[in-house]
Amino acid sequence: MQSVQFSAKFEFLDEIREFVGAIARAGGFGDKDVYNIQLAADEAASNVIEHAYEGVSDGLLELSCGVRGNTITIILVDHGESFDPSVIPLPDLKADLSERKIGGLGIFLMRKLMDEVHYEAKPNKNNVLTMIKRKR
Amino acid sequence: MEITTQEFKHCDLITIKGRVDSSTAPQMAQALEAANESGKYKLVVDIAALEYMSSAGFRALLAAQRNCKKYNRGEVVLVNVPDRIREALELAGFTELFKTFDDTLVAVGHF
Repeated sequence: MQSVQFSAKFEFLDEIREFVGAIARAGGFGDKDVYNIQLAADEAASNVIEHAYEGVSDGLLELSCGVRGNTITIILVDHGESFDPSVIPLPDLKADLSERKIGGLGIFLMRKLMDEVHYEAKPNKNNVLTMIKRKR
Repeated sequence: MEITTQEFKHCDLITIKGRVDSSTAPQMAQALEAANESGKYKLVVDIAALEYMSSAGFRALLAAQRNCKKYNRGEVVLVNVPDRIREALELAGFTELFKTFDDTLVAVGHF
């Protein structure tokens, strides 16, 4: 596992995607998987910056990523407000334009793009999001 | 991200290059809103050279589509959608909300 810390700001999303992308690529994931892993990491980090650290200017993101065998694991830790992704309603993908909800899309994509997504709000504001994807 | 707007007789062609994420999506939303504010609701969005788009970009597209389609005054169509972005749009159920074209001139001619 390699770990890196980022300031919880949208301007670091590029670096977050590059960090997980390089590890995925070195671990033998193909272009399509690499893109989807980067997208999932971006959505996860964006959610934390937007919601967990809402109104907080000095939040930190701790990102760890590694490939073992055919599996990539991404762990994102934050110390902001916890939220339970399972209570966020999934977007209604059949809704027409006027009824289409704008929220929940990031979490929905993370679940679709990765094989497993786990969230744990540990004591003392330690929120741990773990995402796993296996090579096909 | 780089964004340019070109005016045609019946529509505006908006070309977006680079990467759209939560950091750059506001700039994209602003360009789409600027077209609306100058009375343009028929928009062709060319993303041939777009390398990446997260759901922040999807949301900007959705907001623009809503505004353009109001009162039947226009719509947003997408042209030259790269495979990876098309797959993510499909996952999000967005491909049904936008007509897509493989040729910029055909898309412009659609209006």
